Amino acid sequence: MSETEVKTNPQGDPITSVAAPSSAAKKDPHAEAKRQKVVTPEYLFHEAPRTKEFITGSEAAKEAVRRSNVDLAIAYPITPQSETMQLVGVLYGEGYVKEYYRGEEEVGVMAAIAGGSRSGVRCYTATAGPGTLRGLEGIASWPGHRLPVVAMFTCRVVNAPLAIQPDNIEVSYLLNCGMIVFHAENQQDMFDFTMAGFTISEKNDVTLPVGVCCDGFFVTHARGYVRMQDRGFKLPPREAWRGAVPVLDAENPPARLSRDAPVQKSNFMAYNIHAVWQQEVWAAVERSRKYIERYMGGLLTAENVDDAEVIIIASGSAAAQSREAVRLCKEKGMKVGLIKVRSLRPFPTKELRELCAKAKLIVVPEFNYVGWLAKEVATAIYGFSKAKIIGGPRVYGGQSMPVELIVDEVESGVSGKKSTNVAMSQIMGGAVNPEEVEQFMRSI
Amino acid sequence: MAKRFNIRMAGVGGQGVVTGSHILSTAVINAGGESTIVPFYGSEKRMAPVESYVRVSDEAIYEIGEITFPHIIIIFHPQVITHGKSYTMPFYFGLKEDGIALINNDGPMKLHRDQAAELQERRAKLYYFPATKISLDVAGMDLATNMALMGCIGAITGLTDMNGLEQAVKDRFLGKGFVVSGGTAALDSVVERKFKKKQELIEKNVAVMRAGWNYAVDNGWTSPDVKRAEEPAAAATA
Repeated sequence: MSETEVKTNPQGDPITSVAAPSSAAKKDPHAEAKRQKVVTPEYLFHEAPRTKEFITGSEAAKEAVRRSNVDLAIAYPITPQSETMQLVGVLYGEGYVKEYYRGEEEVGVMAAIAGGSRSGVRCYTATAGPGTLRGLEGIASWPGHRLPVVAMFTCRVVNAPLAIQPDNIEVSYLLNCGMIVFHAENQQDMFDFTMAGFTISEKNDVTLPVGVCCDGFFVTHARGYVRMQDRGFKLPPREAWRGAVPVLDAENPPARLSRDAPVQKSNFMAYNIHAVWQQEVWAAVERSRKYIERYMGGLLTAENVDDAEVIIIASGSAAAQSREAVRLCKEKGMKVGLIKVRSLRPFPTKELRELCAKAKLIVVPEFNYVGWLAKEVATAIYGFSKAKIIGGPRVYGGQSMPVELIVDEVESGVSGKKSTNVAMSQIMGGAVNPEEVEQFMRSI
Repeated sequence: MAKRFNIRMAGVGGQGVVTGSHILSTAVINAGGESTIVPFYGSEKRMAPVESYVRVSDEAIYEIGEITFPHIIIIFHPQVITHGKSYTMPFYFGLKEDGIALINNDGPMKLHRDQAAELQERRAKLYYFPATKISLDVAGMDLATNMALMGCIGAITGLTDMNGLEQAVKDRFLGKGFVVSGGTAALDSVVERKFKKKQELIEKNVAVMRAGWNYAVDNGWTSPDVKRAEEPAAAATA
């Protein structure tokens, strides 16, 4: 906390928080961007001194893009959105992003991002809620085309009727695309994961898109402390010439999207090739683990789990709420550990099996109805832990998650008494009493 | 153990509920603590319900979203209770056991029998505090009601001091501060016109705040280490 705090983004309207054009009108608006110095990712992530700023999640994403040597950013202002792409537009004005435009809608944006990445440049976009689902056809095709991209998903409600508050059900649609998916807890994670995302997605043995998700509104519109490196530094540029996949040669038409035609033919060979292709995509997801460990310090973080019988496992904003639940439990004399899952794809299966081996109770709070994280956790540790798993509390449609609900689940899980919130949670796991489950099924 | 208060403020449009919560939040941060706020309101018009959720602590705050189970409830206007002008009904919904309800009223209010019984069940402390009266007496107008309440709650939580509060008022009215909305900006200019000069405005607001602070101390609502704030704000205790 001894670091000095600087204010490059003064409080107030994000539009006016841009550095005002100085009186010297002839001055090159790109001058500062041109002075940026390329440094290695290792230096930028681990060594470069950082200063603390109090900014929104959208501003944190903007600052990450500023330092990421981005070539192309394409925006579509879906409602509900975050201010992120608007702020990235400001970066374009300042010369930090080389090309920027507004797409006609998400199908077009995701297709154009694919074209940009295929042509060998570093691409960034952000969308939210219904926009994610509209763009999903394109997004789901990125991994198969082996396109390094970073896309930010500021989760909102996707179901009708529409709401603008967060509900991270859209993450469950992204989990099976073959892309790498991170889930940011706060503004700091937005900043770190975005920059690490560019580096990891362009590794030759990965060559996949990275989705950085956060629970919109809570993270994008609220301020938090973010420790950032000097804005005079940036990541090395994308070097597509030595990438794993040849870039589109747009200067020598006709340009071919696919080098090997059989992938598009309908015969047995094509199916086989497609199957192998999918295997390779998911193998690449696996290979990204080492880079997530190198640049982000692991797929999860664990606190006080060593001798804890009760562990809360959470991602995104639910992890923030869980930190407070751990504190409240401590005040009540209960020792509770916390695991925050940062990377959903690849999923920290091995880590969870080790950390949960001795746990008796696992509680998985979530900001969605279906409980995708609880299902992931149960699948990962099946056969490796006898813990009773409580999938809950769950809030959705934009509800806040009172910390007291998490504490309630922990207490009910330990005591065996019915939690007041049980209708919103699920009981799973090895040591579960079948009668208890039956009673639960009857009572909902 | 960490000092931590989750505060739900409920009032009506025009009273400065959101402004008050910004000032308390800034004041706690000025005094070295941590704080977050979540304002919640619908139509921006006078007398429409407004809520603001403030978390104050002497250590890091991770929690986000509205506060469902507050330690402290502040009622800015008696109509929140009598007319149900609130997003949370009844006004004490979710109040934790041994919690505090600080109510702006000149004396104890007659609550419905069931409500009084429920409040007693959870051992709620009901503090009736004549904030509007203090504002009228000290500043000559009711617009500083929120300042009286923030002074009072600052003393009750013990997480800030009069210096921190005074600085927060200055930040609000002199700095490039936080503009909550167009409606608030318009109200700000009305307030400023009424006080003629900004300096006078700040002095009056701080005087109301100090009166609120001292009211809390005099009534024994604070912990013993919180002392009265004397005239020159610089002499305020930590």
